[in-house]
Amino acid sequence: MSRSRYHVTRTSRTAQVAAFLGAIALLILIAAPWWAGRAELRLIGELCLYLALASLWNLMAGYAGLVSVGQQAYVGFGGYLLFALTIFGGLNPVLAIAIAGGLGALVSVPVAALIFRLRGAYFAIGTWVIAEVFRLSFAQVSALGGGSGTSLPTGIVRSLADGRAAREALAYWLALGVTVLVVASVYLFLRSRKGLALTAIRDNELAAASLGIDIWKTKFLVYVVTSALTAMVGGLIFLQKLRISPDAAFSVNDWTAFVIFIVVIGGIGTIEGPIIGTLVFFALRETLADLGTIYLMVLGLVAIVVMLKAPRGIWGLIRSRFDLELFPLGYRVQQKQDKGA
Amino acid sequence: MDWVNAIVQGTLLGGLYALFAAGLSLIFGVMRLVNIAHGDLIVLAAYLGLTTSVALGLHPLAALLVVIPAMAGIGYVLQRGVLNQTLGDDILPPLLVTFGLSVIIQNALLEGYTADPQKMDAGALETASFGFGGLTLGVLPVLTFAVAVAVIAGLQWMFYRTPLGRAFRATSDNQDIAQLMGLNKAHVFGLAMALSLAVVAVAGIFLGIRTSFDPSIGGGRLIFGFEAVIIGGLGNLWGTLVGGVILGVAQTVGAKIDPGWQLLAGHLVFLLILAVRPNGLFPRVDA
Repeated sequence: MSRSRYHVTRTSRTAQVAAFLGAIALLILIAAPWWAGRAELRLIGELCLYLALASLWNLMAGYAGLVSVGQQAYVGFGGYLLFALTIFGGLNPVLAIAIAGGLGALVSVPVAALIFRLRGAYFAIGTWVIAEVFRLSFAQVSALGGGSGTSLPTGIVRSLADGRAAREALAYWLALGVTVLVVASVYLFLRSRKGLALTAIRDNELAAASLGIDIWKTKFLVYVVTSALTAMVGGLIFLQKLRISPDAAFSVNDWTAFVIFIVVIGGIGTIEGPIIGTLVFFALRETLADLGTIYLMVLGLVAIVVMLKAPRGIWGLIRSRFDLELFPLGYRVQQKQDKGA
Repeated sequence: MDWVNAIVQGTLLGGLYALFAAGLSLIFGVMRLVNIAHGDLIVLAAYLGLTTSVALGLHPLAALLVVIPAMAGIGYVLQRGVLNQTLGDDILPPLLVTFGLSVIIQNALLEGYTADPQKMDAGALETASFGFGGLTLGVLPVLTFAVAVAVIAGLQWMFYRTPLGRAFRATSDNQDIAQLMGLNKAHVFGLAMALSLAVVAVAGIFLGIRTSFDPSIGGGRLIFGFEAVIIGGLGNLWGTLVGGVILGVAQTVGAKIDPGWQLLAGHLVFLLILAVRPNGLFPRVDA
């Protein structure tokens, strides 16, 4: 039995098929403005943005161990900066969203320096305090409508593209684009050297530290990158809504509770989990939304049951049964198939 | 004199925040659990108080006789039935389960009581006041503060002078050895949560007499309680009282400068203390 009969590979047949199907799905989604109605286009756009938020939260909680219940801070920050930069700065909305991402990273640096002093669950509530500070601060800005909020002026909306259909298509493509960007960055990041360090920290912090990984710095990097991307997603969310108010922009239910449920139900600590969770979440929402508060109670209950009975979520169940990995991160040893044998 | 008044009123408000915080501090001390649903449980207690006092025609303070045992019972069942399964090295399960619980309680209250703000009718107690050294103090805030001091003194005494407190401290120090010494840690944790929610019941009733409430305000109460705990130093009950007072004073002084600044001032003082003294003002000295 020679060593050459074995080889180490990262990819697998399933992953190749998944990548192929994913590419086809992406092409169909890119073409959506030509085949989908207005309402469907809006729904798919919203689904994309939730997927982006869920992937980002998953990177923080599932890999870096940073459980935040205050991501609405950056969603609202991005949304408000879109409004401020376009209304006062006269910037193009797309440029404004990109700048909002940069400023989101900038503001997250001192925030991280402060709340990284809190451990574990207290970190979580600390992030919520930060989100409250953001909400109350933006509510003080009377030029942006204070506590009651403001709408994006029609001149700025018109500057986006000619005609309503073109504008909606552009908003949709931006949402789709940023989602692909987020999922791809998370995937590539986790495959990189830093990503390996992050996975090591997730598995055992003490052992990772003893191997020379700078835990604080790795977590800090994840927090800053996540904040920047979350702010951009926030900008896109409110580009779709065209109206912003402090309560909507910094809503803990909309931008954190739902996102957490998506990740937990889909499978925390995997790239596939948020995708499945988002699909399940929207399927539930479209069928049960008429029930209003009951629907939210069901969602909370499902999340609790999943956390207690299947902490790895739906994807965890699938993977433990079929040994699948659609986004290959690990390496596996394979025996070469001999033609004659 | 206005400023002295603001500081005194803020101190009294701090009593309420200390009541929010004491239950949170207690369960963290015993089992390292942070209950995200804590604020929603305070609101639940307020609604239970409202229903009890309306249905039985009782004064809200008399409703405490019903609400305290009810909340304590809920706490024990919740801990043994659900939360004990989440405890372990991983912080994620307790956090996410209590977060789900928070959403469930909030929406159940919304379903049962609608989003309309409610208030408990405590009669003359609400407006009664007395003069003290040139200041006018409300009887209710003074009573709230006195109750907060009594609750914290009671918890302190229970922790260090009773067999139950010894069981709490032993389990907190080392769960496995406490178990070997014949303590059932599932039961001890259940009792800790029961006690925590008994304090929550008191906090909920005083909240409901003082201001109007609706199902959505739980998150805010959790944050105030949490800030009081961190300002005072983790695991220090008297520190929690001081933390509540600092937060209350920051809010009333902030409101005095500009009414829109009330909550923001409280949060900023919290962040400032976190920056300067990350372990709080009076951290418990661990061996």
